[in-house]
Amino acid sequence: MAEKTLAGKTVEVNDEGYLLNRDDWDKDLAAEMAKEDGIELTDKHYEVLEYLREKEAAGESLTIRKVGKSGITDIKGLYQLFPGGPLKLSSKYAGIAKPASCV
Amino acid sequence: MKKLVILGAGTAGTMMANKLRGALDREEWSITIVDQFKTHYYQPGFLFIPFGIYNSHDVIKPKSDFIPTGVNMIYSAIDRVEAESNKVHLEGGKILNYDYLIIATGTKTFPDETPGLQDKLWHKEIFDFYTIEGACALQRFFKGWEGGKLVMAITELPYKCPVAPLEFVFLADAYFTQIGIRDKVDISYVTPMPGAFTKPVATKMLSELLAEKNITVIPDFYIERVDNDSKKLISYDEREVEFDVLTVVPVNMGDEMIERSGLGDDMNFVPTDKETLQSKKHENIFVLGDASNIPTSKAGSVAHFAAEILFENLMSAIEGRPLHAKFDGHANCYIETGFGKGALIDFNYDTEPLPGTFPLPGLGPFGLLENTKINHYGKVMFRWIYWHILLKGKELPVEPLMTMAGKKKVN
Repeated sequence: MAEKTLAGKTVEVNDEGYLLNRDDWDKDLAAEMAKEDGIELTDKHYEVLEYLREKEAAGESLTIRKVGKSGITDIKGLYQLFPGGPLKLSSKYAGIAKPASCV
Repeated sequence: MKKLVILGAGTAGTMMANKLRGALDREEWSITIVDQFKTHYYQPGFLFIPFGIYNSHDVIKPKSDFIPTGVNMIYSAIDRVEAESNKVHLEGGKILNYDYLIIATGTKTFPDETPGLQDKLWHKEIFDFYTIEGACALQRFFKGWEGGKLVMAITELPYKCPVAPLEFVFLADAYFTQIGIRDKVDISYVTPMPGAFTKPVATKMLSELLAEKNITVIPDFYIERVDNDSKKLISYDEREVEFDVLTVVPVNMGDEMIERSGLGDDMNFVPTDKETLQSKKHENIFVLGDASNIPTSKAGSVAHFAAEILFENLMSAIEGRPLHAKFDGHANCYIETGFGKGALIDFNYDTEPLPGTFPLPGLGPFGLLENTKINHYGKVMFRWIYWHILLKGKELPVEPLMTMAGKKKVN
C-alpha cells in the first residue's frame, strides 16, 4: 500500500499502482496514470474505462472478450488502445481492481 | 405433487439427483433429470488418453447406472427455459413444469470461436483433449510422431479444469522421455495469463517445475487466429508461435440453451449468487457446477463441494426458511506431474493455494504444493471414488468448506 499524488489528488494505490478506492477516480487522474505509461487517453479510451467501471460496479467478471463484444471497439482495437496488456492497463486507468482470472 | 427438475446429468446434476431423491418425500416430490446424451464420461480421464495411459473404455459408463430409482430420466435436448412461467421446453415440443429448477448444463468447448482452429488441420495436427474424439485422435497421432514443436495453448478464460493443460505438458514430458525422443520434442505452454498460474505461491512452485522439465512458458499471449498453412498461432498484438502439433483448450462457454433462455451472461454462464448458489434473477432456480458464473474453478471438485451447500439451501427454500449455507468457492485439484508423481492444491475464493498437508493437518497423507508419489496415487484412486461414491452423492471424508488447518501461510 502506498499513497500517490495524481492530478493534484492524494490517493491510495497498491504496489502495482491500482487504486484501492474506486471512488477516488476521475478523468484527470486516469489521464495522468496513462501518461506515466506513455499513453495519451482519447475519447475512445474513456469509453472503454467507463464501460469497465460500469460492469465492475454490476459485479460482472471482466475479460478482454467481453470488452471486445461491447460495441466500443473490437479486441484488436483494444490492443491498439492499450498496447501490451489491454485489460491490465485499462482496468488500472479505470480505477478498478486488476481483474483476477479464476484458477 | 411438487416438481423438481434438473437440467444436465453430468457430474453436478447426477450428484444432486442422488442427494435429493434421498431427502425429498416420494409422495410429495417428483424429480426429473434431463440430458440429451446417454453416456457419462469420466472427464478427468481424458487427459490420460493421448499418452495411452487410459483408453476410451476406461472413461465411459451409461448415465442410467448413476440415476437412482424414483428419479425420472429424460433423454432429450433442451430447447429453452421459460423462467417467468416455470417451464422447460424440450426439443420436439414437450413441456416440463417445475416448482424448483437446478441448472447443471456445464460448460462446452467452442473451437469455432477461434478463426482457423477448426480448419483443415483439426484432429490431424491440431487437437483438443476436452472431447473423447480429440483425446483419441491425439493418441493415434502421438503413436506415429517422431518429434518437433509441441505447443499447448489456452485460448480464453475461464476454462474447465484449470490445471489440465499444465498436467498435459508434464505428462507429455514424461511420455516423450519414456519413448526416448524427448530431445527431439520442444514443448511450449502458451497462455493468455501473465504466468503459468494466476495465484503467486502456486505459480512459483509450478514455474520451477516447468523450468526443471525444460518446458517454455509463453505468457500474455491472447490468440487471435491460427494460420493452418504456416502452422502458426497469431496473437492480437501480432506475435507468432510456430507449431508442428498444437494441443488447444478452445473457448469455453455455457450451453446454447442458456442463451436461448435469456439466462446467461455474454459467455452463456448463468449469473449466480456465489454464496447461496441461487440464480440472481429467479428465486426458484439454483445453479450447480460449470454452468454458473461463480468466480472459482470450473471443476468437478467445486461442483462436489458446492452440491452440499446447494442441497442445504434448496431444502431451506422449500421449507420457506432463509438460505443460511454459504459457499466459499472451495476447489481441490490433483496435478499430475509425470513419472508417477503429482501435486495437490486446495483453495477458495479468498485463499490462494498454499503448502501444507491434506486432508489431515500435519499427517496428510497428501502434500499440498508438493510433488510426491502419494499425490499421484490420490489421482489414480480418484476414478474409483468418482464412479462409486461421488456421483452417487455419498459422503466423502472431506469438508465442503475449505479449512486453513494443515496449511502454511506464506509471505
